[in-house]
Amino acid sequence: MRDGIGTVDIYVMGKQYRVPETLTILEAMEYAGYQMKRGCGCRAGFCGACATVYRIAGDFELKVGLACQTKVEQGMYLAQIPFFPGRKAIFNLEEIKPSVADFAQLYPEVFRCLGCSSCTKVCPQDIDVMQYIAYIQRGDFAKAADLSFDCLMCGLCVSRCPAHIVHYNAALTSRRLYSRYLAKPDAFLAERVREIENGAFDAELQELMESSRERLQELYNSREIE
Amino acid sequence: MAYTPQLRELMKKVEETRPSRVGNPFPRMTPEERQEVLKKFHPDYNEEGFREIRVGVDKGKRMPTEMADVIEAYSRLKGVALDLNTFDYDVDVLIIGGGGAGASAALEAQAAGAEVLLVTKLRFGDANTMMAQGGIQAADKPNDSPGIHYLDVVGGGRFENIPELARALVMDAPLVIAWLEKLGTMFDKKEDGTMITIHGGGTSRKRMHAARDYTGAEIMRTLRDEAYNRGIKVIEFCPAVELLLDKQGRAAGAVLYNLETEQYYIARAKTVIIATGGSGRLHYRGFPTSNHYGATADGLVMGYRAGAKTIYADSIQYHPTGGAYPPQLLGLLVTEKTRGLGATPLNVKGEQFVYHLETRDVESSAIIRECKERKLGVPLPTGIDAVWLDSPLIEQIHGEGTIERQLPAMLRQFARFGVDIRKEPMLIYPTLHYQNGGLLINENGQSTIENLYVAGETAGGIHGTNRLMGNSLLDILVFGRRAGRHAAAKSKEMAAPEGLNLDHLEQYHRELDQAGIGAERVSPMLLPRYTHR
Repeated sequence: MRDGIGTVDIYVMGKQYRVPETLTILEAMEYAGYQMKRGCGCRAGFCGACATVYRIAGDFELKVGLACQTKVEQGMYLAQIPFFPGRKAIFNLEEIKPSVADFAQLYPEVFRCLGCSSCTKVCPQDIDVMQYIAYIQRGDFAKAADLSFDCLMCGLCVSRCPAHIVHYNAALTSRRLYSRYLAKPDAFLAERVREIENGAFDAELQELMESSRERLQELYNSREIE
Repeated sequence: MAYTPQLRELMKKVEETRPSRVGNPFPRMTPEERQEVLKKFHPDYNEEGFREIRVGVDKGKRMPTEMADVIEAYSRLKGVALDLNTFDYDVDVLIIGGGGAGASAALEAQAAGAEVLLVTKLRFGDANTMMAQGGIQAADKPNDSPGIHYLDVVGGGRFENIPELARALVMDAPLVIAWLEKLGTMFDKKEDGTMITIHGGGTSRKRMHAARDYTGAEIMRTLRDEAYNRGIKVIEFCPAVELLLDKQGRAAGAVLYNLETEQYYIARAKTVIIATGGSGRLHYRGFPTSNHYGATADGLVMGYRAGAKTIYADSIQYHPTGGAYPPQLLGLLVTEKTRGLGATPLNVKGEQFVYHLETRDVESSAIIRECKERKLGVPLPTGIDAVWLDSPLIEQIHGEGTIERQLPAMLRQFARFGVDIRKEPMLIYPTLHYQNGGLLINENGQSTIENLYVAGETAGGIHGTNRLMGNSLLDILVFGRRAGRHAAAKSKEMAAPEGLNLDHLEQYHRELDQAGIGAERVSPMLLPRYTHR
């Protein structure tokens, strides 16, 4: 520890620990002696493993955050949500269409949204979750896909939803539907795949593979850069 | 206001020089200059961090000290009594690891008709794949070709790549993108469907495909969703701790370990695919790492103990742009896409000192030189030196709003700790990022042990001794798919393995004893220990 760094008292599932104030919740739990199994993943805000609920002493409000992305505060009472048993609908992407009717078969609860906005308030990525649920209800999968894109699937929205919606799975389905059916396929990509399958590059690659290191160096150092 | 007043003062230099830098590109290094900076400053060239391995099939080869420590170690199963011929699981293909390589192997093996079991140490999708931000390469533009991609791969790899593996990588690349597109992966596209592609370090064509700066996350969640849709059996929090061999010495399953109940399970399989990822959490040379919590070289250890050969295990990639400040971001990846969009590294005087898109090894070495030799790093309150990465330049080049659209994860991550990267430059220093080498494979993903396959970061030879950005997301899918298909086909030809054993451990332990290695060293590590002592 460097000099001049203060400490704060936090309460991990009720137990008090004194930790350096610069740490994230995750680092603070490790500092306190926890070797993480659940509740820890990428440690960089990409995987949603470390959803955490906390309250500051003296306050009534329950707050949420990702343990790896939230600094500790004095008087923080915290617990992690290591797993959330949300339902995932099973489907064959080739057999469904981006329609409200098909979506309602997979996730009927999406259409029972009460409009309470609890999901939006709780999202650690600041996504307007309720809004993308509304887009799905309207069949606007392009907008739902775009708005939900940064979702980490941490499950905090589901933990608060009175209508039992599994937002993150609904969002993922909307993105897959959008990308499969509404976004246009890349035309040249299909052409390139045909060329490769027809062996159009086989001879060129064979020659490169058999080239000496010197020849490759020469080709590399003189290659044209776009 | 995360930057201290002292840092804000230094930041003014960056703002002062910015107008003169716009439209005034810094020259690329010559091949000779690249060699020189690598030799003097790349950690791979510093002998202090390495030692010769004293046991196993590659005895005498050089490895990083921290890797050698987990390789030269006793099995967790030493002294554990197990009934190896009563099977808790009995399948065609066992896949160890639930990242992008494991998921794609599972999908392809199952599609080829095999009964698949995927086991993973943490959650399905907990992997470096999830954290890959910047993109995935594929030569799928008219001005590009697999041949041009091949040259970039081997030039970046210091011409050490295994030609057959590099060919598989570039030839399969467009096929992989088309596969992902059909699975409903949300790539960045123009209205007409054309994929938006940009440069990465060391690319000669704009072939970096992205999904904002969540490219790996988008690919991973799509593959995972598809695996669930297809009913693939997955067991989470249940790593393999040793491979099982049959009486002919072929891979025939694994001993699994339930992390929560601490029970062992025996899984028999006709073929086994190791897809356990890299080893950044071994913290080579004391570097912070951009890697996932689970990146502890488990597959490398298990495979090596069973007799699989390695290649370039002494070649480690340091990503030039790891977070350096605020302290909560230490070691975290600042995606190469940031430089792809035009952000440049600058020293304490606000001057650029290296072209911003050199290959990763060269770019990192140049940053280390700027701080260590030239003493022109930015001194941080945490006691280390770093350099600026001029992210506001992106908005000047491409217009306001570019960062929010193209780098939402970066913007959010720095904002959480009080830095607005649209207006303030980032502070960066190289971070431990990638294991270039690993277990030796051929173009089908086969290791040197029969019926043992390896895919993803655990495998070596594809990238030579330096991987380019965007070729890792590609590699895990190319070789995951190839290993999955081949392992499935192989399993069809075989009867169920017999005489499952762990005899290779006894042999390995004897060698350890002879080398005088203390019995307290046990691996695979499974979980890093960061508890305060």
